[in-house]
Amino acid sequence: MPTDSEVIIGILNNSDSVLKKLYLAYFPMVLQLVINNNGDEDEAKDIYQEAIIVLYNKVKRGDFELSSKLKTYIYSICRRLWLKRLKQLNRYGGDIKDFQEHLPVEDEVEMHEERDMQLNKMSDALKLLGEPCKTIMEDFYMNNRSMQEICERFGYTNADNAKTQKYKCLQRLKKLFFQQ
Amino acid sequence: MKENQLLEMIESYLSGEMPAEERAQFDALRKKDATIDTKIAEHKHFTGLLKQYNERLSLQNRLDEIHEEIDVHTLKEDLMAHPSWVVQMWRHHHSKISVAASVAIIAILLTLFITGDLSNKDPRYQQLKADVERVKKEQDKLGEKTDNLIKTDKQTGPTISAKFRGTGFALTGNGYIVTNSHVINGADSVYVQNGEGESFHTKVVYTDPLYDVAILQINDPAFKNLGAIPYNIKKGKSDLGEAVYTIGFPGDDFKFGPGALTAGVGFHGDTTEYELYIPVNPGNSGGPLLDEKGNVIGVITGKQTQTSGVAFAVKSNYLLKAIQSIPADSLSKSLIINTKNTLSSLSRTQQVNKLRNYVFMVKVYNQ
Repeated sequence: MPTDSEVIIGILNNSDSVLKKLYLAYFPMVLQLVINNNGDEDEAKDIYQEAIIVLYNKVKRGDFELSSKLKTYIYSICRRLWLKRLKQLNRYGGDIKDFQEHLPVEDEVEMHEERDMQLNKMSDALKLLGEPCKTIMEDFYMNNRSMQEICERFGYTNADNAKTQKYKCLQRLKKLFFQQ
Repeated sequence: MKENQLLEMIESYLSGEMPAEERAQFDALRKKDATIDTKIAEHKHFTGLLKQYNERLSLQNRLDEIHEEIDVHTLKEDLMAHPSWVVQMWRHHHSKISVAASVAIIAILLTLFITGDLSNKDPRYQQLKADVERVKKEQDKLGEKTDNLIKTDKQTGPTISAKFRGTGFALTGNGYIVTNSHVINGADSVYVQNGEGESFHTKVVYTDPLYDVAILQINDPAFKNLGAIPYNIKKGKSDLGEAVYTIGFPGDDFKFGPGALTAGVGFHGDTTEYELYIPVNPGNSGGPLLDEKGNVIGVITGKQTQTSGVAFAVKSNYLLKAIQSIPADSLSKSLIINTKNTLSSLSRTQQVNKLRNYVFMVKVYNQ
């Protein structure tokens, strides 16, 4: 079981080993929560990974305060997410069986969901974009490749052509994104 | 300035690759033109979203990789909240338990059915017809007796043993006999046997299951008229505390049973019956209940199984009612109830002696 500060420092340093330790440490707790409240192991995995992402983003933003235990925080996020999911699936029996103490985290879950929605929109827009635009966008904006690399990859003889193509692709992507 | 050129400038501005001189110019432009400033912010936000999306994807992949290493199935088994052993037992064995329960229920029903408790008869009440097959010894004796009777060449009726037995008593000299309807219920043929051991075939003239009364008529050529009946049937009610007695065939022979009238209502408050304190047994059913004067005040029907000595008898006025409701066309001989009591001045022993000729064993045969 990693200490809470170890986890925070690990996340800030993008440490794979700490992420793994964190993940393995609290998954059983969340699995227990979900499978004992009308869910299965796959749903537990989804909920848990979402909670880890919430924590990850919070730490990265620098506003995770060690006022509560990491365990309690993760449990609370998962509990909130699972309650919402149960209600969406019409499987909520009006009562949740708890295994840990928990905090109110409604606002945070709300924020996360809003952000999640934006990212899903982006994902859909990229899917609709088509090639070669999708790869150009991914290479340039997501994977930080230089224009020169992109020119070589797509065989553009003229850097200006590549730039124009990239511009057109970005405009289309924006259009697709905001249309949704 | 073309849009694509502007974008290029924004990108190089944001990435910090812009040379210092150009940068100063662009800053000035930005201050002057608010739309350029907004464009910069928008672009920053949108590309930021793309970066976040990328980060999310890679984090998700990392998490999936880690997840692969967990043995979720084993973990799940361990983490299921373990309910109490009763619930667990049910979950694991409910099919077996169901089968066992079904077998038990069927067995209970079968037992109840065989013992007769499944019918709506109250087990605390026992009708007093004798199930002869259950009394094997008596059956053997009866057989012996019948064999002897055959040797003496008398009219004896069938030699096979009766299935059920009860008691009956003469209503008239010409062969009408009273017994309980439950005695002859389901009978193929009914014989009556007098104290001498002579059997006569009878016909069931009337049954009244409500008052548990049946009227038989002896239609056997060997039967001779009994003469005047010594007792009469009392129309009124008898009083509590009255000394009463019955005569019947709980066994093979006449049996005298002395007792007292203890209540004006019978089993479960049945107003058609008297409650008696009298020793009766299976076979007494249908026997006459007489008072000290030799009036028939009832017909023995049953006893309470939980309290020894408590028995019941249909009140005589219901017997009379039953007799009155016999349809006239089912009577081949006249049925005139005797109203003269010749027993009243006799002692108990003399009364019983006289009664011998008028009380019969009712033997019921069926398949």
